[in-house]
Amino acid sequence: MRELDVKVITENVAEMCKEAAYYLPDDVYRGLKRGRETEKSPVGQIVLDQIIKNAEIAKAEDRPYCQDTGMTIVFVEIGQDLHIVGGYLEDAINAGIAKGYTEGYLRKSVVAEPLFNRKNTQNNTPGVIYTQIVPGDKLSITVAPKGFGSENKSGVKMLVPADGVKGVKKAVMEIILHASMNPCPPMVVGVGIGGTMDRAALLSKKALTRSIDQRNPMPEYAKLEEELLEMINQTGIGPQLGGTTSALAVNIEWGPTHIAGLPVAVTICCHAMRHAHRVL
Amino acid sequence: MAESIRITTPFTEEDSRKLKAGDSVLITGTIISARDAAHKAMTEALARGEKLPVDWNNQIVYYLGPTPAKPGDPIGSCGPTTSGRMDAYTPTMLAQGIKGMVGKGSRAPEVVEAMKKYGVTYFAAVGGAAALIAKSVKSYTVLAYPELGPEAVAALEVVDFPAIVVIDSEGNNFYDIGQKPYKNFDINNI
Repeated sequence: MRELDVKVITENVAEMCKEAAYYLPDDVYRGLKRGRETEKSPVGQIVLDQIIKNAEIAKAEDRPYCQDTGMTIVFVEIGQDLHIVGGYLEDAINAGIAKGYTEGYLRKSVVAEPLFNRKNTQNNTPGVIYTQIVPGDKLSITVAPKGFGSENKSGVKMLVPADGVKGVKKAVMEIILHASMNPCPPMVVGVGIGGTMDRAALLSKKALTRSIDQRNPMPEYAKLEEELLEMINQTGIGPQLGGTTSALAVNIEWGPTHIAGLPVAVTICCHAMRHAHRVL
Repeated sequence: MAESIRITTPFTEEDSRKLKAGDSVLITGTIISARDAAHKAMTEALARGEKLPVDWNNQIVYYLGPTPAKPGDPIGSCGPTTSGRMDAYTPTMLAQGIKGMVGKGSRAPEVVEAMKKYGVTYFAAVGGAAALIAKSVKSYTVLAYPELGPEAVAALEVVDFPAIVVIDSEGNNFYDIGQKPYKNFDINNI
C-alpha cells in the first residue's frame, strides 16, 4: 500500500494557499480580457482595465490579488488504497493553511466562533474541508479560498419539481439581482441543482472549481448555463459600475434528488475566482 | 470617457461639490483608513462626549482592511471593503467634517441624505483591485487604535489613487446611472 506522510500534505497545502492568493487562473484572466473587448460601458472598460492590471501585478510580484484572501475551502479526494502516515489528515491540512497564510502575508480572516465572541484565530484556520474516498492510491487536493463580499450574496432556494427550468432560472436570477454590484463583479456563478439543501450548496461550490471555459457535459445543462449567463449580462450590473460584463461564466453541477424536490443553490464568486490544484 | 480628474487633500466641501457621479479621479495626499471596529469605537467615544483621536475635518476616509505588508513594503494588498457595513455610523462621522469616503457597494438612504447636507462625495475604488491600489500607497502610519491590527485608523500617503465618483454631493447615484443604459432584463419575462 502506498504511503504518504502528512508533512508532504502540509507543505503542499501551504504552497497552494499562496499560489491561489497570488495567481489568477489563466481561464479567468482570459475571460476578463474577452470581457474587456466586448464591454460597452466606458466606465466598465476602466474598471476591467484595472482588474486586468491588478491580476498582472499580483502574478508578477507574488502579491495577494485581493486583500480578502478568504476562508480556505479544501476539497480532498483520497484514493482508498493510499495510507496517510505521521498524523491526522485534517490537522495536516490546517497546519498547511496556517503556514501558507503566515508565510505568504495573507490576511487572517477567520473567527473561531460566529455569534458571541468572534475572536480571530490569527492563522486563518480552520479551513472548510470536504473529503471524499475515491478509487486509486493518490491524494487530490484543491484549495479554493473564498472571499466574503461575494459569499454573503449567495443563497439556496428549495423549489418543487413543478417549478421546472423556468423556476430554476427565476431562482438564480432573483439571487443575482439581489446581489447586484455588491459581490465585486464580473462574477463567476456556481449553481448546484438537486440533492438535498446541503448537497445543492456543496455542488454550487464544486461548480466553481471547474474551468470557466468548460460547459456542463450534458447538453441541456450546458444550454442552461449559456442562457443564464446571457440573462446576467443583460441586467446592467456590469463590472461594478454598470455595463455588459456582469459575469464571466455560469457553471452548473447537478445531482440526484428526491421525487418531491428541486433544490437550487447559487454560490456567487467575485472576479477573484481563485483555486489551486495538486495531485500527491 | 474624459481624462481622470486629479484631486488633492485636504479635500474641502468646495472641492467635493465640483465632482459629479461618474467622474474618474486620481487622489493624491493623505487619506485615512477606518472600518467596522474603528467606526464603532469612534461613534461610542463621541456618544460619551470624548474628543476623537483624529481630526476628520476635510478628510477622506478609506474603508480598508489590508493584508500584512511584506518586508520593505509600506502596505500589503489594500482594496476597498463593503461600505454598507459602515452606514449605521456614517451620518455621525460625516458631522465630524469628513468630505470624502472611499469604499465599494451601495449606501443607505440616510447616508445619502447626510452627504447632501454636508457636501460629501462617495468614491468607489475597484473591488478586488488590491495589488494595483497598493502601488499608489507610499506610506502607512497608524494614528489610533493600534490594537485593532488591520482595522486600525491609519494615515495612507497616496499618489494617484484611482477611484470613481459613485454618489456625488447632490445625491446622484452612478450605480443607477451606470446600469440603466445596459439593462435589458425583466425577471417577469422568464
